[in-house]
Amino acid sequence: MQTDLTILVVERDKTKAHEIVDALLDGGWGDVTVISSPDAIEGAVKQRDPDIILIDLADPDRDTLEHLSLVTNARNRPVAMFVDHTDEQMTQAAISAGLSAYVVNGLQKDRIKPVLETAIARFRMFAKMQSELDAAKQALSDRKVIDRAKGLLIRARNISEEEAYTLLRKTAMGQGRKVIDVATALVTAAELLQ
Amino acid sequence: MKAVEVRCGYLPLVDCAPLIIAKELKFAAQEGLDLTLVRQPSWSALRDMLAFGQIDFAHMLSPMPIAMSLGLGGVASQIDVLMVLSVNGTVIGVSESLNRRMQETGWKNTFSDPFATSRAILAAGKTPLRIGVPFPFSMHRMLLETWLLQTPHLHPEHIEIVTVPPPKMADAVRHGDLDMFCVGEPWGSVAVQQSGATLVLPGSRVWQFSPEKVLGAQSNWATQNPALCHAMIRAIFKAASWLERPENTPLAIEILARSQHLDLPDHTIDPALTGRIVTNLGQTPQQTNDFVTFHKGAANFPWRSQASWIADVLSRWHNLDRASSRAIAQACFRSDIYREALAPIGANVPKASHKPEGAMDGPTAVSSTMGEMILGPDRFFNGAIFDSDAPEVPK
Repeated sequence: MQTDLTILVVERDKTKAHEIVDALLDGGWGDVTVISSPDAIEGAVKQRDPDIILIDLADPDRDTLEHLSLVTNARNRPVAMFVDHTDEQMTQAAISAGLSAYVVNGLQKDRIKPVLETAIARFRMFAKMQSELDAAKQALSDRKVIDRAKGLLIRARNISEEEAYTLLRKTAMGQGRKVIDVATALVTAAELLQ
Repeated sequence: MKAVEVRCGYLPLVDCAPLIIAKELKFAAQEGLDLTLVRQPSWSALRDMLAFGQIDFAHMLSPMPIAMSLGLGGVASQIDVLMVLSVNGTVIGVSESLNRRMQETGWKNTFSDPFATSRAILAAGKTPLRIGVPFPFSMHRMLLETWLLQTPHLHPEHIEIVTVPPPKMADAVRHGDLDMFCVGEPWGSVAVQQSGATLVLPGSRVWQFSPEKVLGAQSNWATQNPALCHAMIRAIFKAASWLERPENTPLAIEILARSQHLDLPDHTIDPALTGRIVTNLGQTPQQTNDFVTFHKGAANFPWRSQASWIADVLSRWHNLDRASSRAIAQACFRSDIYREALAPIGANVPKASHKPEGAMDGPTAVSSTMGEMILGPDRFFNGAIFDSDAPEVPK
């Protein structure tokens, strides 16, 4: 078992943080700390003295972590990002999953790899769920706008719902635009004229 | 001819203007480039994206490519500087409480006096001073140290420099986490508006011609793609030349505000481009000439002597061998590629790749490909001259 590794997870989203911790615990790493507030990074790094720090690639506070890794003493210095930059495959996997990891110098590569693999798998799952959620939200909001545009056309031109949609689609095709764009323009124009 | 897609990473700061103008006014398209600007959440993320080939070019802090090439911080990677994107453009500011303490010592803010200001900071007696910069490998940090540590009786242990992402600088000042900061626009002006901060000096008062942002590319990639590098240099050179003309400033502000790349309102873009800086809430703007320079005085030229200056600071910080660091740094600043790129369009380019830094008190004619061109001024606040050819360099 690898319970002796100290892992620090920086993640604002509570659900996501829980999932990552669960995944790490399942993998056999017991010493996992989560911080949700980036302001706590400095204190947590000094206090916990982690072997590995996992943080979202897109987190703006990475620059602060970067600085800490340069100024703290040698033992605390997480100099390498990802496992080892010679491991191209692992690095690409981490980047595409949106994960960055700071690893204390001198920690053996084979010990870091399983931790990262677990985290990468979990990050991927989240990225996928997020994009599905975004797509669903977008579809829902698009449908609302198109329904409003149809309603406007039905009232203004006294046509059926199906005819209203056909008209929207024909206009969109004629102008080389998307149905949602035409619908949005119509709704905005109607709001302005009210 | 089909345009070639190239991706350039950037951080949403006013000084990425040459990139946005190159794209929006189609200077890149004229060079056969389909330029995509890829916004990055942090300098670390931008560095990683460049090192792992996810982006082709990057808008970088001038010390970053040298630090990466020297293997400092994060991923070691050979990065070349193809050109300088902007000269100066940063501001140094203090918190409301430090400003009050400085005024109690009899100091008056003129936004132009490095000596009186550093004396007042010392006299205010707050130690250690917590100072925020955007990144450890930044000209911001280099200028601050160059300036403050020259003050008599001000010692390195009096200051503590920390990294704070620029959009958070104003909050950190308001919450009392920072006493001072050095940051690029618009974030200095935002700190004035939102946190009662006072701007005490433009970065240009420490060094009149410091390379602030550069265009970086992976060295291997640049060697394999010379035509793309040349096209990108020419596109940005033309964009920078357009941007520098005063009559274009209002339109430039409009384009920067409207294009979605910066996502900043026009009133925050205005101070940097017009040089009208509000140093304190409620005061009239102070006209600061050459606040940021995009083109004139060979601003885009990657001077190898500037690379040496940066290398010397990095060697001091990290106890590296000075001569070998300089050699690596000079090899990063590709004045050779820059010349090759601009030769076909007959641009005026300096003949030398080194110059004594800080030796020009005013506009000075030097020899160039078209005969001569005007450079300077480029003085350091204390009159120091950095001559990378000299056997012994004064600190």
